[in-house]
Amino acid sequence: MAITIEDVRHIAALARLGMTDERATVIVGELNTILSHMDALSQVKTEGVQEAIGVGARGLPTRSDSGPPMPLERALHTFAPSVREGFLLVPRLSTHESPADA
Amino acid sequence: MTTARMLDDWEMVVGLEVHVQLKTRTKIFCACATNFGAAPNVNTCPVCLALPGALPVLNAHAVELAARAALAINCTVNPTSVFARKNYFYPDSPKGYQISQFDKPLATGGFIDIGHRADGSPIRICVTRVHMEEDAGKSIHDRFAEVSAIDLNRSGTPLIEIVSEPDIRSAEEAGAYLRVLKQILEYIEVSDVNMEEGSLRVDANVSARRRGETTLGTKAEVKNLNSFSGVERALEVEFSRQVALLSAGGRVEQQTMLWDERANEVRPSRTKEGSHDYRYFPEPDLPALILSTDWINKQRDDLPELPAQRRARFASEYGLGAYDIDVLTAGPRLAEYFEAVARAHGDPKVAANWVMGEVLGQLKATGQGLDSFNVRPADLAQLLDLVRDGVVSHTAGKQIFNHMLATGGLPSEIAVREGLIKVDDDAQLAAWLDEVLAELPAEAKRFRKGETKLQGVLIGATMKKSKGRADPKKLAQLLGKLAE
Amino acid sequence: MSQPSPAAKALIEDTIGLRCSPSSTVDCAIARADAVGAGQEHLNIFVSTDTADARRHAAATAAMLGDQTPALLCGVPVSIKDNIATTTLTTSCGSRILEGYVSPYEATVVTKLRAAGAIPFGKTNMDEFAMGSSTENSAYGPTRNPLAHDRVPGGSSGGSAAAVAAGIVPIALGSETGGSVRQPAAFCGIVGVKPTYGRVSRFGLVAFASSLDHIGVLGATVDDAARGLHVIAGHDSRDSTSVDCEVPEYYNAHAFPLKGMVVGRPKEYFPENLDARIRALCDASLERLRGLGAEIRDVSLPHTELAIPVYYIIAPAEASSNLARFDGVRYGLRIEGDGLRGMYEATRSNGFGAEVTRRILLGTYVLSAGYYDAYYRKAQQVRTLIARDFSTVFASGVDVLFTPTAPTTAFKIGAISDPYEMYMSDIFTVTANLAGVPAMSQPIGRVDGLPVGGQFIAAHFNEMKMFTAAYALEHALGSEVHV
Repeated sequence: MAITIEDVRHIAALARLGMTDERATVIVGELNTILSHMDALSQVKTEGVQEAIGVGARGLPTRSDSGPPMPLERALHTFAPSVREGFLLVPRLSTHESPADA
Repeated sequence: MTTARMLDDWEMVVGLEVHVQLKTRTKIFCACATNFGAAPNVNTCPVCLALPGALPVLNAHAVELAARAALAINCTVNPTSVFARKNYFYPDSPKGYQISQFDKPLATGGFIDIGHRADGSPIRICVTRVHMEEDAGKSIHDRFAEVSAIDLNRSGTPLIEIVSEPDIRSAEEAGAYLRVLKQILEYIEVSDVNMEEGSLRVDANVSARRRGETTLGTKAEVKNLNSFSGVERALEVEFSRQVALLSAGGRVEQQTMLWDERANEVRPSRTKEGSHDYRYFPEPDLPALILSTDWINKQRDDLPELPAQRRARFASEYGLGAYDIDVLTAGPRLAEYFEAVARAHGDPKVAANWVMGEVLGQLKATGQGLDSFNVRPADLAQLLDLVRDGVVSHTAGKQIFNHMLATGGLPSEIAVREGLIKVDDDAQLAAWLDEVLAELPAEAKRFRKGETKLQGVLIGATMKKSKGRADPKKLAQLLGKLAE
Repeated sequence: MSQPSPAAKALIEDTIGLRCSPSSTVDCAIARADAVGAGQEHLNIFVSTDTADARRHAAATAAMLGDQTPALLCGVPVSIKDNIATTTLTTSCGSRILEGYVSPYEATVVTKLRAAGAIPFGKTNMDEFAMGSSTENSAYGPTRNPLAHDRVPGGSSGGSAAAVAAGIVPIALGSETGGSVRQPAAFCGIVGVKPTYGRVSRFGLVAFASSLDHIGVLGATVDDAARGLHVIAGHDSRDSTSVDCEVPEYYNAHAFPLKGMVVGRPKEYFPENLDARIRALCDASLERLRGLGAEIRDVSLPHTELAIPVYYIIAPAEASSNLARFDGVRYGLRIEGDGLRGMYEATRSNGFGAEVTRRILLGTYVLSAGYYDAYYRKAQQVRTLIARDFSTVFASGVDVLFTPTAPTTAFKIGAISDPYEMYMSDIFTVTANLAGVPAMSQPIGRVDGLPVGGQFIAAHFNEMKMFTAAYALEHALGSEVHV
């Protein structure tokens, strides 16, 4: 399963990482080298083996439906890059823009 | 071939995805308040702002409400369910992923009966799954020029998603499914279920196939549905669009359509197909949710009476007709109100008439809810007792009811204070009657000559003069003597 | 010439005994940092330090002295890795994308340290988002090994290891996902402990790979590490993977006998191509343990060789998701571009370095449609087999395992450029992260003057046995480890 430059462009788009063609070409080589080492896994028999979920976990603890929330020592507007009237600002989105287009 | 004729050859196939906000005090993974109307980004903390290093902790009450909802629609609550990350970038999704459930949801395999077919068999819509997830924040596009505004107060509000099988065959069935579901969720008090306020949201998967076909056609997902009637209209419009395409030998593209309520049309969203790749994987910050059989059984045992059960009981216990039952059981509060009146008063039919007439009429006229309603069930029952026992007339009863609405007073006290106790003293009645006969000499003359149909006019005028206190039966007797 | 920091135990006793004030301890640490050249232009140990901040913390500790003195780490300066949230200094994770970011809330471990009387002292340099094994991947430049300035200190907790190795502080907090505490401890000739997964709260640790991330402790000695771990361990209701389980006094582990303990020597950790001198040092340590009454048993953990492939699927997959929150909307770097997507791409491609970008892409790929089963699901299944190897060997009566910590000693800065070759330096450490079992590294000698680490691994929540063995070995080797 060799990665192509189209794959790299697709996953870079999914991950919102801007990338030049030169860089993408280098990444193709790097990822293919790394993934070639992963092929050892395909030789392992894993029928019926549970996937590891939550190492050492003993079920999911829950909290009661009550406050107070953890306070912030500094307000959002002191560290957010762009704030107006309490809102976080981002470049204009169209009304029905879906996450996949953003 | 006419459009109607063409549509007859095709069958609509619909599955609905319903998102319901759960009524908790705090968010699903942090202790921030879920109340509406706070200033932007005020109800936020390190967790729901997705600050580096913050971690989610599940709200126990959200699990209870989700399980209650799943059990009320006949689902099996799974002893082990797993939260998963749904990865996508959008500014109102602060972590860059939504914590949801994917291949191991909270509950599976339920159904909702939404009515009966002509042959009496139930119309049953199967429910594929119910899973828990967190809501996103809000993106506001019209607040400022050139930028969108993000408010994360809603981010992390608990949701359940209820996914139906593609069992729905018409827009009416879709509407019925949503109304029955909403009623159930209201009864079990897990949500405000208000589509206008966004506590209930619906997406529809729609496809069309020739009647008699058993395989499913290519579906389109219809979004931006803002009301139940909007859902019904959108389904009709989308179905017509698909049938027109298919009839012309074309094919339906698997895509997302947006409903435009004002234009009464659907149009394709700009979403590129295949651009969704949510890369689900088990949420490593949350171990598997393990629910014991005892806990699940307790949630089931603790469910209140559901609408279907209540309807059946109202029929057997109170002997009410189907229409009355539907009206009285529409919401849990009204049903409880009626039942309290009926039990205290003793005559369910009279109680039903008053609740459906006076009470519901008043609520509809003012738009208020039973929570803030001035007339307590026990007081209404007392009023009905007074009418039944002849202490006040039916007309006076309605006047007393109006006073109760305004002041919240006791009917017996209002009757005395306002002088509405029924008068059956012959002398007083005769005096009122004489005044009326004097005021209406023409009618009095015709009545005396045997025009008995004028009795109603004269009794009415006398009742009015007595301010509703006169006993109409006695008046009729007195008038009868006059006519002889 | 300023002296290296005294051991934690001595500092605590002297502080409580009022023979030494927290402010003078801090002054000594500041002087030592200056003397060794901890600054950016030389060893580059810290991402952020502030003498005024350290003195304020010292004053807070001084104010605790009295009847209610919190004895556990009273007066001990502790450096903190820059990916653990603190409210006064930066939490930048060695990344451009969080340059200058100061957390508005504090990590649970830092709250615990302060409550125990410790004095937070500087945020230490690291590989960006803990992705690396050399601390060369920091946006703020590489950290140099205090023992050999042309060499790396290991990573990703290289700054924390260097702060301890340079004698600035006796204890530092690190974090590890595949060996990032133990490997730099080995490269710097100090002790590094990674507890059981769930033993120490991750709340406030900026996530790299949540199911593999641990906060760990670097100490000049086994005792320093034991005291540090004891303070930060324990249940935290803010971390759903935190386990509610009693925390023993690790610093009393030396009181338990080594005699009768079964020490396993897993053959997969001593491969044919292992550096003979490292093998010899490990075997010499095992002989010492045998001499102290331990039974040495040859064992096998057959799935070990799969650990690196498994790790480099799971860790990047989780990282690709964990690092999605760095989007320029709520905090950190933001670079405008064409619309929202342009802003995202400009911010993220400028904010993340090469290794982080590589791993995000790798992780996105292995989770993407069509590849999930072959990569991610398969890796999680093999991870189960790796964890079973450990359960089986511990169930067979083995108390602790002993292995080399790393296949090499500290390499020269810039010597390794191939990503996969760098990944191989975690080969003996990633297994413990995958299985969630506790492990620690301690110095066992030197090769060509460079420190070599030996690693103990124990069963879940059996840190105490690991410390008992470590105390015994440290005592037996004495000053030999420095020659």
